[in-house]
Amino acid sequence: MSATDAPVRLPTPDTAQRSPWGEVLHSLSRSGTFLTGLAIVVFWIVCALFGQHFVPYDPLASDIINALTPPAADHWFGTDQLGRDVFSRVIVGSRDILTVAPLATILATIAGTALGLVIGYFRGIVDDIISRVLEAFMAIPVVIIALLAIVALGTSKITVIVVIGLSFAPIIARTVRSAVLAERELDYVSAAKLRHEGALHTMFVEILPNVIPPILVETTVRLGYAIFAVATLSFMGFGIQPPSPDWGLSISSNYGMIGGGFWWTVLFDALAIASLVIGVNLVADGVHGAFND
Amino acid sequence: MVFLGGQVLPGNVGRAILGPFADQRAVDALNHSLGVDRPLLVQYGSWIWNFLHGDMGTSYVFRAPVAPFVIDALGNSMKLALVAFVLVVPIGIVGGVMAALNFNRPLDRIISLGGLSVTVLPEFVTGIILILIFGVWLRWLPIAAAWPKGAGVFTQLYYLILPSLPLFLVLFGYIARMARSGMIEALDSDYTRTAVLKGLPWRTVIWRHVLRNALLPTITVIATQTGYLIGGLVVIETLFRYQGIGSLIFTAARGKDFPMLEAGILTIGIVYAVATLIADFLYSVLNPRIRLGAEQ
Repeated sequence: MSATDAPVRLPTPDTAQRSPWGEVLHSLSRSGTFLTGLAIVVFWIVCALFGQHFVPYDPLASDIINALTPPAADHWFGTDQLGRDVFSRVIVGSRDILTVAPLATILATIAGTALGLVIGYFRGIVDDIISRVLEAFMAIPVVIIALLAIVALGTSKITVIVVIGLSFAPIIARTVRSAVLAERELDYVSAAKLRHEGALHTMFVEILPNVIPPILVETTVRLGYAIFAVATLSFMGFGIQPPSPDWGLSISSNYGMIGGGFWWTVLFDALAIASLVIGVNLVADGVHGAFND
Repeated sequence: MVFLGGQVLPGNVGRAILGPFADQRAVDALNHSLGVDRPLLVQYGSWIWNFLHGDMGTSYVFRAPVAPFVIDALGNSMKLALVAFVLVVPIGIVGGVMAALNFNRPLDRIISLGGLSVTVLPEFVTGIILILIFGVWLRWLPIAAAWPKGAGVFTQLYYLILPSLPLFLVLFGYIARMARSGMIEALDSDYTRTAVLKGLPWRTVIWRHVLRNALLPTITVIATQTGYLIGGLVVIETLFRYQGIGSLIFTAARGKDFPMLEAGILTIGIVYAVATLIADFLYSVLNPRIRLGAEQ
């Protein structure tokens, strides 16, 4: 007894004092992947919020006389076919995608978490039926679902958010379900049941806080895919509509002319999308690593 | 999948008719002549029945049977997908295996990080960048996948290289990552250690013991990527102005040509189902532990 009563000096006292969340934050703050990704994402968020105040030109103002001028000192990235300054457009072009994609991801997370909790908690026939339906949904490419939905409902930011949100929800539901399946066998869940807590209380008050880490990881991963999907839909003409300086949209209205050598009208937008997508994925990778170490 | 494709689709016929803000009587008359005012299940039944008999319906836009369009487009898409697959499967697997054999060394880092980066990029972004590099600046490859009529196989291939590259890049990351993690797991296993300790040459260990086990999950991934590949085709075919099933669906969706849209999507559903079936079959052939329908 006396041996165990003696205070045990832990090898690394500072980590021992941290809460699990502190631990995660600590490992995030030391992850190069996460910090690089975060820097890129923050850069684009700042551009979306404040870009319009410091860009040299109005991103929507056309100047036909100076259309399609190559990059030079007065137009760093050149001008597009309406004479709009490409640099200014690229800087503020993140605005729509950075509202639509996160909103879609939040919708997917809320819907997916609720669904995942229900099917994971009740299991049985509810799980069997809903899981099969979800699997069937996941087999259809998002682009196709979006195409059908947008044809049926018309194009608007709301449609895009709902379509992407709902087509990502099954994936999150599946992740939550498998996390819940492991949790529901634990003692605290049995304790809640013995206390005659309702199913809703058990699911959302008892189990939910314990499955937050996988949800968080899945959400950051989904955000990357949401940006992918929003950009693609805008490029296809089914997402964000003109005259927004959105990157995907700009590429779609300008790529017809690249055969003529007007590379600056699409290259910078393409690189901007690439950097944002890679940035979000680096963040996701970092978050994944922080929770799984 | 086909069932699901069919389930989603008949709903769209009704919506198509309700879509335009036309006079209600005109809408009703049109509905009746197209047969879409019948109960959904009856419509669904007759549509499936006709489809199975090779009648995919009549295009609203072209006023002609849909089937020839769909079959042509499917053929073109198959060519494009085939080029991408033939390139990506061996290169992806080799890349993943190389990465695993050089675990945590620079080559592994390059393959893993590079694969991850190109995989997460939308196809039209990599497509645009590749067009700029190879089509506009270097002028090595044509920027549209429209070869002259009657072009030979090699000319067609030449036109298909650039469109297949974005698909290649996206798939490469997935396949390489699966092959890598499968390899690492297999290299770490007891049977590999046994084989090494038995004194087998390293080469034999890799070829006979590690690879067979490592590549099983990769095959599943390749099969599940066909669904994704179809989504990618829609984008790529639009970008490169290629007359495939993806651009057919895209055009049909924009023009509200529902019979065409339905036929296109059902065709995709069938392709997907067949691909999944082939993957299951391959999996069972390669994995002696699973023999479909084996007696106990």
